[in-house]
Amino acid sequence: MAVVAEQQQPDLREAKGWRRTSNRIATALMVIAFVLVIVPLGFVLFTVIAKGASIISWSFLTSPIPPQVLPANVGGIGPAVLGTIEITALATVLAVPLGILGAIYLNEYGGKNWLAALIGFFSDVMTGVPSIIMGLFIFSIWVLHFGYSGLAGAFALGCLMLPVVIRSTDEMLKLVPNSLREGSYAVGATKARVTMTVVLPAAIGGIVSGALLAVARAAGETAPLLFTIATVTAANPNVFSGANTSLPSQIFTNASSSFAGAQARGWGAALTLIVIAFILMITARFVTARFARFSR
Amino acid sequence: MDQPEQNVVTNTQLPKSEVEMAPDAAALDAPGAIIFDAKKVSCYYGSFRAVTDVSLSIYEHEITAFIGPSGCGKTTVLRTLNRMNDLVPGAHVDGDVHYRGASLYAKDVSPIAVRRRIGMVFQKPNPFPKSIYDNIAYGPRINGTHNKGKLNEIVERSLRQAALWDEVKDRLNKSGLGLSGGQAQRLCIARTLAVEPDVVLMDEPCSALDPIATSAIEDLMQDIKSKYTIVIVTHNMPQATRVSDRTAFFSVLRNEKSDTRTGVLVEYGRTEQIFQDPHDDRTKAYVTGRMG
Repeated sequence: MAVVAEQQQPDLREAKGWRRTSNRIATALMVIAFVLVIVPLGFVLFTVIAKGASIISWSFLTSPIPPQVLPANVGGIGPAVLGTIEITALATVLAVPLGILGAIYLNEYGGKNWLAALIGFFSDVMTGVPSIIMGLFIFSIWVLHFGYSGLAGAFALGCLMLPVVIRSTDEMLKLVPNSLREGSYAVGATKARVTMTVVLPAAIGGIVSGALLAVARAAGETAPLLFTIATVTAANPNVFSGANTSLPSQIFTNASSSFAGAQARGWGAALTLIVIAFILMITARFVTARFARFSR
Repeated sequence: MDQPEQNVVTNTQLPKSEVEMAPDAAALDAPGAIIFDAKKVSCYYGSFRAVTDVSLSIYEHEITAFIGPSGCGKTTVLRTLNRMNDLVPGAHVDGDVHYRGASLYAKDVSPIAVRRRIGMVFQKPNPFPKSIYDNIAYGPRINGTHNKGKLNEIVERSLRQAALWDEVKDRLNKSGLGLSGGQAQRLCIARTLAVEPDVVLMDEPCSALDPIATSAIEDLMQDIKSKYTIVIVTHNMPQATRVSDRTAFFSVLRNEKSDTRTGVLVEYGRTEQIFQDPHDDRTKAYVTGRMG
């Protein structure tokens, strides 16, 4: 009895003094940093919605692009929406399979050989190449010979997406535990089987969402398209030949215009682009969650 | 007075009834066909020689245990038996292992064909992120079985063999990752059995499991040994005495001059002999717990 009474109880209350103060300062700094990050984002979104929302309608998204002098209530950005969808889709078809296969080679087949090391190095370098260089590159090797086309734009965007897809896929494949590969080898699987039936399914959620983020980024690029699609106002459903247009190019043209109507259509195009990027992001989230079903 | 005590000892060592013990004992006197015949096997990881000059024979329908301190190369030797070490960059093997008379390391041997016959269960349960059903059907599918009825049959048979059927039969379409540690390891054993291998290699299959799950897996090994040949690496010496017919004791050999160490096979024999009458002093020290 006496022993119990004498025993000193441990002090379980929050620490006092400098420890508590420093904790509170750090917490406050983090909150401030978060607010500083969110404020410009919020303003961008607010401005684009405030200036662009009123003009958006189904007819705005589908009508032809009128001459710049015409007021905001005439015409729309139909050819730019069409062009962006065409060019981005083609760039995706070109770059995503190539990037995924490249990453599979790097991670599953190449090991540490010189070719894999070289590809890995140059794909990292390509990530840092300014996007306008990609446009110039395609201009010099393609456009000078075959003329402006959506295809040329897709090549430029594809070059831009490729290293991003390779890198994100590579990271996802690295996350697949080696024990899964061994489990598959242990029942007599070939390397191709292991890759197709165990590694890719385990990583597919991350691969798809990484690819979608690359698509979203490419859809918003202006610089690579400057020299490759020529930014016309007429709709061009043929992505393989003839000058084309896109939302970012149209925003660029309209924003530098002195006519109020053209500027208003530019804001509408900006909002449309943000919504497209938003939809791709949401899809990426959805895809990740859906494929993660068996990994919990 | 002594009688009951003796019975207890016997039971802990060989958890099988007398009836089932009899054929085992007979098998020990006249071992079955030689499954593996390792001749002077040395394994290297890069320039590091992990194991030196291991020679031993493993017999059909027996459970062979590899014991020894950490770093003595028992897992390395196990992984040479189905060419799993091929997957480790820089690994190579000197000497030769014969499997049912055929060399495993001959030039024209496909590791895929080897692993199809010699399955492996790993230390950490590694179910695929697929449904329980697809985990078991995985091996048969990649080996060409796509008939639904046949697959259903294989899945049920394998899960029953692994003593898991009753626990999972109502949730075959749920993820294999949702199982407890012991269930997941039995799932991995079932996955290995589904391709009907000739040999099952087990690399410390119970080290991540609690005693109840461990005992379930030990019972399972006894149940399936009439159909398969099992080689098990274990750190748990009572487990080796409970389940195995033969035991190989590996140890680390230090070379003071070059300051290198390598794994060697110290002694190999029937499990009773290794644990009760070891011929080598190092074996004696290890099995009596005087050396880690």
